[in-house]
Amino acid sequence: MTPGAIVRLAILILLLAFLLAPQSFAPVFAPLTRFGAPPIYNQGSLLDITLSHLWITFLATLASTIVAVGLSILVTRPFGKEFLSLSRSLANVGQTFPPVAVLALAVPVLGFGTEPTLIALFLYGLLPIFENALTGLTNVPRDVDEAARGMGMTGWQRLVGVELPLALPVILSGIRVAAVISLATATIGSTVAARTLGEVIIAGLTTSNTAFVLQGGLIVGILAVLLSDALSALERLLARRAGLTRRAEA
Amino acid sequence: MAQLLSSPSDLQAARVPRLDKLGIIIAVLVLAAVFFLPFVISRPNRIVAGMALPISGALPALQAIVLYGLIALGSVIGLLRVPSLWRLASSFVVVLSLCLFLGGAANFLTPEGNTVARVSPGAGFWVLVFAFALIAADALVRLRLGPLARIGVLLLVAAAIAAMLWAGVWQNLSILKEYANRGAAFWAEARTHVALAFGSLAVATVIGVPVGILCYRRSSVRAALLPVLNMVQTIPSIALFGLLIAPLAWLAANVPGASAVGISGIGTAPAMIALFAYSLLPIVSNTVIGLDGVDASVKDAARGMGMTDNQVLFGVELPLAFPVILTGIRIVLVQNIGLATIAALIGGGGFGVFVFQGIGQTAMDLVLLGAVPTVALAFVAAVVLDALVELVSPKRVPSA
Repeated sequence: MTPGAIVRLAILILLLAFLLAPQSFAPVFAPLTRFGAPPIYNQGSLLDITLSHLWITFLATLASTIVAVGLSILVTRPFGKEFLSLSRSLANVGQTFPPVAVLALAVPVLGFGTEPTLIALFLYGLLPIFENALTGLTNVPRDVDEAARGMGMTGWQRLVGVELPLALPVILSGIRVAAVISLATATIGSTVAARTLGEVIIAGLTTSNTAFVLQGGLIVGILAVLLSDALSALERLLARRAGLTRRAEA
Repeated sequence: MAQLLSSPSDLQAARVPRLDKLGIIIAVLVLAAVFFLPFVISRPNRIVAGMALPISGALPALQAIVLYGLIALGSVIGLLRVPSLWRLASSFVVVLSLCLFLGGAANFLTPEGNTVARVSPGAGFWVLVFAFALIAADALVRLRLGPLARIGVLLLVAAAIAAMLWAGVWQNLSILKEYANRGAAFWAEARTHVALAFGSLAVATVIGVPVGILCYRRSSVRAALLPVLNMVQTIPSIALFGLLIAPLAWLAANVPGASAVGISGIGTAPAMIALFAYSLLPIVSNTVIGLDGVDASVKDAARGMGMTDNQVLFGVELPLAFPVILTGIRIVLVQNIGLATIAALIGGGGFGVFVFQGIGQTAMDLVLLGAVPTVALAFVAAVVLDALVELVSPKRVPSA
């Protein structure tokens, strides 16, 4: 195991310990509170909130992945070609929208609660995944494509057997970007009453309890870094398996 | 010129009258928006539930007929395979009339002298604007405009919006009534927002480019620094803002003079530092990528001419790497304009103040007052900087 992996594992264990038995960490956070305020978030179980946060992130990213990859397959087939350049520039322009603005604009349409957060995360997550899936599906090396055609593979066989596996690492990189953005934006979702770790931070801000702010911030920050690292590791693994690294070195 | 460029598909259309695929989708969207979604929402005051009105209910009969006619005409032009310039012009006219008639609907529905009634754009309006903006975007993509032409189009749109604002077309619209109540605060927050986004970018550029040069020259620095910056980038903004509160509050309380220069746990200081931290990665890594990408033979030639390391750096490498560094600056600017919204949560100001106040008061028009300028600012920054990047990039053979 590399030192980096050991550090990450240690942080993960520490995080789990904190979520399972937060009160045992009270002495660590106590110096940050004033006037006898509680050092550990007391308006709900930190574990439940964390799980709810991760669940919202997961659902939104899963839905974005399915729809975005589906759309990217459609516009890279012959009958969808007409939409290719438009959808490419839409995905590009759409990402200039701040995720917070998407969330804020979802509220008038959908009201308060978890739904607007989920929809906003889903909509925003579409863009990076779609953009990367397009890149992956349109950059299949010409010789590979011709070899697949020469073997008499049908369009569907080429898609499933050649194009998607080769595009997978790039698609996964889009999924990573979407997941990290979703995790971050879900935090803001607590301002529209979604049950996420943002409520711990915001409770700390509104009551000037730095301990709450710090523990909320630490949990979200660690989750984001670990999630991003795990998905990057998976990406590298898939890229190796698809033989893309060897191709790049050649 | 435009007709010539898009000629193959147009010639085909002349022989075989096929419909435009995008046009079919747009037509379905338009039908749904016209018949099933409200054009405006009219409410007796700003927080109660409103009445959803279609175009026919929101405008005097004659104006409603004119608007229906324009929408129908625009949809038909969208369906036909006419030259891109026509499609662009027709969709621009339809979007413009939608905006004008929206203001008209607000004037029509607001009783004379009533200041509490609110008329806001409904889902139907947004979908219609989106649908015709899509035709315009498609036409713009097909026209393959150069960077200066794109900035020209942007200026034209900005001028149209400014003219409508100046003429008071939308004065009875809810978002402008929110603005009327807090005009001074709006511009103060706008200044804070711009200062946060551009200030952090400026500091990050001044520090990030030299750090990038250092990373380029010493691989040990690169190996140590880039993963750290990469990790900072993944930390959600509100968490990073929050994590900075404790150390800054400690500084303010324990270091004499710290609070006098504006360092405190909440407010602009942690927002500025967090935005700066987020800005470093794109600038440092793009500087490294840009310098790495400079052709080795060019560097050899420069050294062969007897140039010193610094002369090579400033005379050859940095100018050649500039487009890539500018791309990093584009990423940072668009990202920071969005992230500065979150600063409001820790008392840092900016347009986020209106967004979160509006969410708190369930006053959606106030949310729009914060969200619309943020989105517009980010969009303008992206278009302008993309155009600049293209202008400074070496000319390439256009690829299909």
